[in-house]
Amino acid sequence: MRAVDRVSFILDRAETIGVVGESGSGKSTLGLSLIRLVPPPGRIIGGHIWLEGTDLLKLREEEMRNVRGRKIAFVFQDPMTSLNPVKKIGEHFEELIRTHEPKTSRGEALKRAERLLGDVGIQPERINDYPHQLSGGMRQRVMIALAIALNPSIVIADEPTTALDVIVQAKILDLLKNIQNSYAMALILITHDLSIALERCNKILVMYAGHMVENASTKNIYNNPQHPYTRGLLKSIPNIELAEQKLEAIPGSPPDLLNLPKGCRFWPRCPSAMEKCREAEPQPVETEPGHLVRCFLYGDDRK
Amino acid sequence: MTLRSYVISRILLTVPMILILLTIVFVIVRVLPGDPVLLHFEKMENPRAMEEMRQKLGLDKPIWIQYFDYLFNLLRGDLGKSMQDYSPVASQILSAFPATLELAIFSMIIAVSIGIFLGVETSKSYNKPKDHIVRVFGIVTYAVPVFFLGMVFQIVFGVGLHWLPVGGRIYPTMEPSGLKISLSQPPGGFATHLLLSCAAGLVAVTLCTIVLKIKDRKTTRKILGLLILVFLAVWIIWAAVGWRFITLGELRISTGLYTVDSILEGNLYKFAEALRYLCLPSLTLGLVLSGVFIRLTRSNMLETLRLDFVTAAKARGLKEITVTYGYAFRNAFLPILTMMGLQFATLLAGAVLTETTFSWPGLGRYIVDRINFRDYTAIQGAVVFYGILVSLVSLVVDLLYAYFDPRIRL
Amino acid sequence: MSKLEVKRSMLASIVPGVTSLAKRGLAGWLVVIGTIIVWSIIVMTLLAPWISPYDPSTRGINVGRPLTPPNPQFPFGTNDLGQDMLSRTIAGGSVMLQVAVLSVIICLVIGVPMGLFSSYIGGVLDRATCLVMDSVYAFPGLILAIAIAATLGRGVVNMALSIAVVYVPSYFRVIRSQVLSIKEMPYVEAAKSIGAKNRTILFKYILPNVIPSIVVVATVNFADAILTAAGLTFIGLGVEVDIPDWGWDLANGRRLLPSGVWWVITFPGIFIILLALGFTLVGEGLSELLNPKLAER
Repeated sequence: MRAVDRVSFILDRAETIGVVGESGSGKSTLGLSLIRLVPPPGRIIGGHIWLEGTDLLKLREEEMRNVRGRKIAFVFQDPMTSLNPVKKIGEHFEELIRTHEPKTSRGEALKRAERLLGDVGIQPERINDYPHQLSGGMRQRVMIALAIALNPSIVIADEPTTALDVIVQAKILDLLKNIQNSYAMALILITHDLSIALERCNKILVMYAGHMVENASTKNIYNNPQHPYTRGLLKSIPNIELAEQKLEAIPGSPPDLLNLPKGCRFWPRCPSAMEKCREAEPQPVETEPGHLVRCFLYGDDRK
Repeated sequence: MTLRSYVISRILLTVPMILILLTIVFVIVRVLPGDPVLLHFEKMENPRAMEEMRQKLGLDKPIWIQYFDYLFNLLRGDLGKSMQDYSPVASQILSAFPATLELAIFSMIIAVSIGIFLGVETSKSYNKPKDHIVRVFGIVTYAVPVFFLGMVFQIVFGVGLHWLPVGGRIYPTMEPSGLKISLSQPPGGFATHLLLSCAAGLVAVTLCTIVLKIKDRKTTRKILGLLILVFLAVWIIWAAVGWRFITLGELRISTGLYTVDSILEGNLYKFAEALRYLCLPSLTLGLVLSGVFIRLTRSNMLETLRLDFVTAAKARGLKEITVTYGYAFRNAFLPILTMMGLQFATLLAGAVLTETTFSWPGLGRYIVDRINFRDYTAIQGAVVFYGILVSLVSLVVDLLYAYFDPRIRL
Repeated sequence: MSKLEVKRSMLASIVPGVTSLAKRGLAGWLVVIGTIIVWSIIVMTLLAPWISPYDPSTRGINVGRPLTPPNPQFPFGTNDLGQDMLSRTIAGGSVMLQVAVLSVIICLVIGVPMGLFSSYIGGVLDRATCLVMDSVYAFPGLILAIAIAATLGRGVVNMALSIAVVYVPSYFRVIRSQVLSIKEMPYVEAAKSIGAKNRTILFKYILPNVIPSIVVVATVNFADAILTAAGLTFIGLGVEVDIPDWGWDLANGRRLLPSGVWWVITFPGIFIILLALGFTLVGEGLSELLNPKLAER
């Protein structure tokens, strides 16, 4: 069973890409696979991950460990369960900094920790608290602070706001934006909420059932959505400015990955499905510069 | 439930439990066989001697009075008198118990160490061959009768390789009630040893520091640690081997645990000797017991390793050792503590067989001896002792667990 | 379905069930291998009078020179009484098997009803029984068994009794936890509301659900009984000298060890391990198959 099947994208320095998809689309697995932490029995069976000229898949575990936390950072979805309940906040930072920069003394590490907490808007005294003494939003901020501690080139945020309430959501996303700007970091924002992606990202990658179905700049996705799935997603976003709006949901539900339909994975729910779609899987096609779609509606062999 | 109310209710619970145990033992030993004195003599040959015994042991009174006498005496610490020579069972038990305690402690240490180490290592290779082998090992160790394993070890290490002794607790000249052969001190004496090795250590460290120009505190500490280890190893080997050229005197007993006593006496040779005899019995018992700990650690680790914060720690690039022990294991530790308490009873039971196999002069062998003598009052006293001991230990373990469990504490 | 029909259908499904077990992965294999081991040993013991080359009891003394190591004539060697160790090994499991079976039967007869009734009825009686059971459960089993066997005397029945007394609490606990959880289930309440008698509920609703756990405990009981019986015999509380028994061989062989006579204890010991292992494997496998949620992953 391939949770992620032939997905690719390019990310430039300080860019943000949104990976959008329903649950089960493989977006979280994609995120974890970028740092080679796919939970067993899953494993990576092919492809490349190029970071600043190096293919991460060719590194030994020890070298990969160096990359994690230092070059690529990961912010997890659920702040409640992502911090070690028996360690103080300060100890989390200490551990992190001294693992990657062993010559740092305890005092220095703690000072940096306090500064980082300040950067994300937490009082420095909280360094001596345990995770359960902090609110959800604060814990997420701590996770972000841990992520940026070593000035990584990329931060992968897996649904960073799903476990939080709406107001805190906005604050966290703003925080991420600010950090990006100050530190010139690239951000991979994994979310099921297309509206967040539209708002905050430069590029968007839409995933469905393990496949990339559309990949384009945000502007193009908004103005010229091509894949029927993307269009469906857009139609289901409520617009607060319209007095009356008919929300359209996409009928049906995502396929069972162990029992995939033959042909295009989306055809059972696709309003524009053709005969062809049942037979074969469409390959990605570049319809305009930088805009890729996996759909038989486009490309040379249109019916 | 607050900690205090739990502690109180738990302590209160112990009383009826002990009472029930005492009653059960009483029923088994006094009531079931009908007449323990008759059983002791086996044949009705000497009615006068039997009557005399009954009187001296208080077995001629009605059952109810015997029962209350029994309970009342226990409160005073009187565990009855032996049928063999009417000496107090309690003092016999107390002199035999330290041997069992020492065996139990070392066996538990071995069992838990093996269990934790294998359990943690195997949890990392889930469903790979290493995992299956260790799991099978855990199952097999449970199926092996402890005395059989003991005998196998005796054959291999004692008779076959002559590395380790086959029975007994310590070299005959060192046995407290044994013969006194020659009382010469080991060459140099303990104090000289101590001074010389400290001096050697300091010299070595200074030399190293000068030669290698190490300014890093961490590396110096590592080298110092290494030197200490080397020194200890050499000392122990000398004690274990050079022993053959030395005759030692009696071991002075303070606690009854020979390993502790020899250190208190300051004699590392005697300590090495005590360890040498302790080796096989505790290894046998420890191995058989380790299976439980392997499985417990493994399943706890598997659960904990799947938790989010473990993956988050890995995502931060922390070292594998840090993640395994600092994160996963810390959280899996508490159930192991409880299991140690639970296994204490099994340990005592296994000790009976181990002590018999290795002629280890502990409580287990005491019971077996008493059985051969058909000394029922002594058996009763020993079983009562076990019952109270186990109840107290499980009480302590439960209280400790309550203290550490965050749900009850916070 | 009446209780009898339930049992009959369970028995009927066992035979073709073996092949399907092997398909259920590692757990299935454990059960199959364990069962094969156990049945082989049982068959071997039953056929002993016909397949053992010499008479393993005291009538077979001095069939060979005492203390000969394994050789073509006596593949397992001879002991100090000149008896053939191979014959003794073939026949030596009978006492242990008898003790094990008997102790399990006693436990089932006493422990199961006690567990069912006590936990179902609840109240003070239940609390008291629980207390007694917990006290016995916490106690080191072998020592209690020793005490009982010492006062009751030798013999298969007494050994079985002492083991059973020690094991009843395990059945009690397992049944109790099951009963307590099933008692609260909606379908039990539904049955009560249409006026079903307590007895019916117990036997038709609760008992069938409890049976899998009982089976698992019983297999562990078997394994433990074997080891305890061996231990009791080793100490000297077993059966009379005449009957060939593995435990007895171990006790006897122990005296011979310092002279380098290793074959008297080795083979009986290996068979004890095999028998206990067989039961343990079945228990492990069954427990994983029947309780996949609780099984360690």
